Order: sequence, then C-alpha cells, then structure tokens
Amino acid sequence: MSERQIQLEVLRYNPETDSEPRFQTYSVPCEAEWVVLDALNYVKDHLDTTLSYRWSCHMAVCGSCGMMINGEPTLSCKAFLRDYPDTIRVEPLVHFPIERDLVTVIDDFMEKLNRVKPYLIPKEARTIAEGEYRQSPAELKRFKQYTLCINCMLCYSACPEYGLIPDFIGPAAIALAHRYNSDSRDGGREQRQQVIATKEGVWECSFVGACSEVCPKHVDPAAALQQVKIASTVDWYKEHLMPWGKS
Amino acid sequence: MSRKPYVREVPKTTWYFRQGRYMRYMGREVTCIFVGAYALFLLVAIKRLSEGRAAYEAFLEGLSSPAGILFQVVTLIFVLYHATSWFNLTPKAMPVQRGEQFLPGGVIVGAHYAGWVVVSLVVLFLAGVF
Ligand code: FES
Repeated sequence: MSERQIQLEVLRYNPETDSEPRFQTYSVPCEAEWVVLDALNYVKDHLDTTLSYRWSCHMAVCGSCGMMINGEPTLSCKAFLRDYPDTIRVEPLVHFPIERDLVTVIDDFMEKLNRVKPYLIPKEARTIAEGEYRQSPAELKRFKQYTLCINCMLCYSACPEYGLIPDFIGPAAIALAHRYNSDSRDGGREQRQQVIATKEGVWECSFVGACSEVCPKHVDPAAALQQVKIASTVDWYKEHLMPWGKS
Repeated sequence: MSRKPYVREVPKTTWYFRQGRYMRYMGREVTCIFVGAYALFLLVAIKRLSEGRAAYEAFLEGLSSPAGILFQVVTLIFVLYHATSWFNLTPKAMPVQRGEQFLPGGVIVGAHYAGWVVVSLVVLFLAGVF
C-alpha cells in the first residue's frame, strides 16, 4: 500500500485556555485511498488525543463531518486525499461559531429548521382504518431531490448572505420547507409561508448559487429558493389584484 | 465546564474576494449597471429627438465618435454577459415537469434564447431594417 506524507494544518480552539483560534500542523502518513476524515482519525488515534471534531457514518449520510477543507465547505468523509495537494488546511465550517477545534455551534440552524415545520402536515387527517396517504410516482418526482438533504450545513457555510445576515433562514431549511410544500399529501403550506415568504426568508436570498455548488447530495437548494420566490410572488398578485382574493 | 464559542467575523465589504464563485456572482450583479446606463442612454436619445432634427443629428454624430463607439461596445459586452448569466439560471427557477420527468435544462434555456431572437427581430422590423 503506497503511503503519502500529508501536512494537515488544523484550526484549533480551546475555549478554556485560548482567546482565539490558531493553526496546528500535523504530519500524517496517509494511505492512498484515505479521505481527510481518515487523516483526522489518525491524528486523534496516534498524534493528539485532544483534537475535537464531529463524525459518525464515514459514508456521506449522517451530515456531521462538514468542515472547510482548503477553504471549501466539504464533507471530510467524502474528501479524497488524492484530490488534494500535500498540504491541506482544515477549519471548522465558516459562518458558525466555534465550540472547540472543528466543532461548531449549530443551535441557530436547528432553531431555523424547527421553525419551517419540516414534516408532513396532512391535508386531511386520516385514521389508520382509512388507509395510507397515496401518491403517484409523478407527484413524488416533484420534490424527490429535496428529500435528499442530510442537514450537513455546508450550504450555510457557502452562503455569503447567511454570513452577512445571520437572521436569514437559509438554504437547507427553506429547501426543506419547499419539499413539504410541494408534497401532494401536505396541507401546511400556509403555515410555512408565514416563515419563509418573508424578508429573512427567501427575500434575503440574492441567488449567489453557492449553496447548490457545495451540496454533497445535489439537493440544489438555490433552485428551491427561486421557486419559492416565484410561488410567493404569484400569491401576492392573487391576493392583491384578483377581485376574488386569495385562492 | 463553561462555554465560550468563538465567532469569526465576515468582512463586510470584501467578502466577495474570498471565493471565485462570489466574484462570478458579483460580475452578474454589477453588470446590471450597464443595463441601467443603456436605458438612460435611450431616454436621452428620445429627448434629443423631441428637440428637433438638428439636436438629434448632433446626437447621432456624437455616437459615432470614438467615445460613443467605446460606450456602445462596452455596454453591449456587459449587457450580453448579464443577460446570458440570467438565462442560464432559468431552469432552476422554473423547472417544467412532464409526467415523471423534468424537461432538460437546455430546453428551458433554449426557449429563452429563442424568445430573445424573436423580440430582437420584431424590434429590427419596427426599426425598418427589413
Ligand atoms: S461522517 Fe457522516 S457524513 Fe461524513
């Protein structure tokens, strides 16, 4: 197995002793097929047990290992070393406060996610005896891509609007609201619109599109946000220009 | 154990230098100034026209001066960049679903270019080019 020596520059921050973060470089002997997360695990196991970072699945599913790798928001379990130079800089996701080392404070995202009600609010409640909520493949296709979000928050790190205006509800949460709004079984759009068809909702988005470029699951949140803008605009015209009001 | 999260400030005025994709975004946004500039230019043209033949002919002469040509060429380039960068984004904003498939993005972008050509031909026709 071929080995390669990688210089891993990791942004460290210990809230108990440090007043600000600083870089620490580790020299890591890496296997050819490793990802950046493997290199971090090597550091943790053999070089420095105090290094903190999040991960769980090691297969781009759990969404917990997001970090800045050479300045780009990336899942470290999906960042193959063969695609990087010998020196790799690893920092916690930007736009989030640093809790410790590569661990960020994600409370803001969790609160926003909660606010958009990312779950099915059935149009009409059915009892179990009445059977399942049925949906055709075409109805599923309408929102399928937005169900693939793993809440990794890379899109929040990529979004300059979120960095500048932290009140912005942001890409993943709005894309998930759009996913449920587009679901033929759902009746909760009115409630979600009150949260997302607002200034801090879609109208803070200026379509930079960076969220979709970094998304590891090809959810394309930027597309969802533009579609919400169009639907909200149509709502406004219906409400203000049509004599019969809101339909 | 007490918590002391560290907040990294985002540079308020220079953030778009941080990534190439932010620069591309700024390129798309900033070029709208040239769209506005050309709209103003058209208004000036109408005003000159209303002032009579001499005023309008002097205006047309100014247009064929090096500065006038430079203005039009530069504006054309930036307006084209602005328009095409937005056209290329249209499939995201308005996907068209047919049954279980979405129309390929190229079709939606192509429809916008086709619409552009039609409108341009109408304008040229009204201007008496044909
Ligand atoms: S460890 Fe689960 S997504 Fe990377």
